[in-house]
Amino acid sequence: MSSFWSAWIIIFTLVTLVICFVLLTWNLKNYVGVSEDESTGHEHDGITELNNPLPKWWTYMFYATLAWGLLYLAAYPGLGNYQGFLKWTSSNQGILSLEESEQAVIAAREAGLNVQLDREMTRADEVYGPVFRQFAERDVLDLAYDEDALRIGQRLFLQNCAQCHGSDARGQRGFPNLTNNDWQWGGTPDKIRETLLYGRKAAMPGFKDALGEQGVREMTAYVLSLSGRTVNQRDAEAGKAQFGMCAACHGIDGKGSVAHNLPFGAPNLTNNIWLYGGSAADITETLVQGRFGEMPAFRHTLGEDKVHILTAYVYRLSNPEPPKQN
Amino acid sequence: MSNKNHHEKIEKSVGLLGIFTIIAISFGTLVQITPLMYLEETTTPVHGLRPYTALEMEGRDIYIREGCNNCHSQMIRPFRSEVERYGHYSVAGEHVWEHPHLWGSKRTGPDLARVGGRYSDDWHYAHMMDPRSVVPQSNMPAYPWLADRVLDGRHTARKLEVFRMLGVPYTDEDIAGAADAVRGKTEMEALIAYLQSLGTHLK
Repeated sequence: MSSFWSAWIIIFTLVTLVICFVLLTWNLKNYVGVSEDESTGHEHDGITELNNPLPKWWTYMFYATLAWGLLYLAAYPGLGNYQGFLKWTSSNQGILSLEESEQAVIAAREAGLNVQLDREMTRADEVYGPVFRQFAERDVLDLAYDEDALRIGQRLFLQNCAQCHGSDARGQRGFPNLTNNDWQWGGTPDKIRETLLYGRKAAMPGFKDALGEQGVREMTAYVLSLSGRTVNQRDAEAGKAQFGMCAACHGIDGKGSVAHNLPFGAPNLTNNIWLYGGSAADITETLVQGRFGEMPAFRHTLGEDKVHILTAYVYRLSNPEPPKQN
Repeated sequence: MSNKNHHEKIEKSVGLLGIFTIIAISFGTLVQITPLMYLEETTTPVHGLRPYTALEMEGRDIYIREGCNNCHSQMIRPFRSEVERYGHYSVAGEHVWEHPHLWGSKRTGPDLARVGGRYSDDWHYAHMMDPRSVVPQSNMPAYPWLADRVLDGRHTARKLEVFRMLGVPYTDEDIAGAADAVRGKTEMEALIAYLQSLGTHLK
């Protein structure tokens, strides 16, 4: 804060306190010329007004609040740039980026400032940090069958994931089921962790212009046939001839990008598991307008240690039995 | 009765009482509000801050119209409980181009200061159509009409102009293209665009 505004605040604040003091003292004197409990001479309908000043203890409390105010201003930051003798502040101010915020935490610590938020965070890290770190050092495949880790994982899941994937993790239209071992981006612990940390952006383009109305109908028939549904064979054949444009992501067999070790997030079309519905109408809609699923990133929200535990929880959802040891 | 009783003059003149009351109140304003309008710390935008796009601006007005700020704050306080849940506490530099700011004070729903990027567009759509479909215990009302109402962009350019007058760095192209940028979009799209823009600079 510039010294002008600092001085501005200090002067106005102190002048206000002085004015309050003067006003109070000035008004405590008896100017009416009538002593306490005597009549002021005002009388209406037989009701007389007596001179009845404020109780003394009440007025002394006013002085006490002034003294309290001065003490507070000496202890806490209130007077412009003056930090207060407690060197306390609620948070680091004047931050313009996350990097500056991190630097401010260090700078405040070195300057001996008592930043309330930093203190709370440090204390929490001392108490809870070791708990999470202790789990973070262990392998996901180990944690996925550890009751304590799963209990923490479930709470993290309910607070952060259930809004989309549901509290039972079975998902809903547009939000994948995490319990069925069908993965858009891969179901290994490493892939799950990657998804949680950095998020995912799926992009299935709309094919209305490329396929045309009839083309969309034919492709719908072919896509339905991939998961063993009974369809109009002639439409399906025509659709298959065009499937090359889909195969770029879904693979020529339609088994999706995970089956082909590719990072596109293109779902398997042959297993009758549908993210946006598996009816002819749903598939037509998908083909016409495209689908743009999005998984947010949790790196900053949760941090790596919590994501590690969450990875184990999510892995366990579709792997109820531990992998066989060799 | 003594004529030294000056206080009596104030007590018996409403005009004089009013003037002194205004003076007394203005001391608080001068100390607590005036400096914030000129201080470098509270008027410098955070790194990467950009003005709202035309669509986000329309979404912001829908946010105000539907009274979202009556239940949702946009002000993450520097407490561990809030910082862990929502992200970095709100700072002045994020709100320098907000007229008026929508910090709110009633916290019935979660704080939205950093909701941008927290959920997908599809999630917001499902949540706005029927909040219970994604959050079973939610008590938020549904806003299905937003999906039907289409923006005509009649006032969009004017809104950007007013913001520019207030110091938001919109270019002439921004204002010229504002109406076309929103015409034909639904209110739902506008509101979701606005929500996705919130608080992403300190994430």
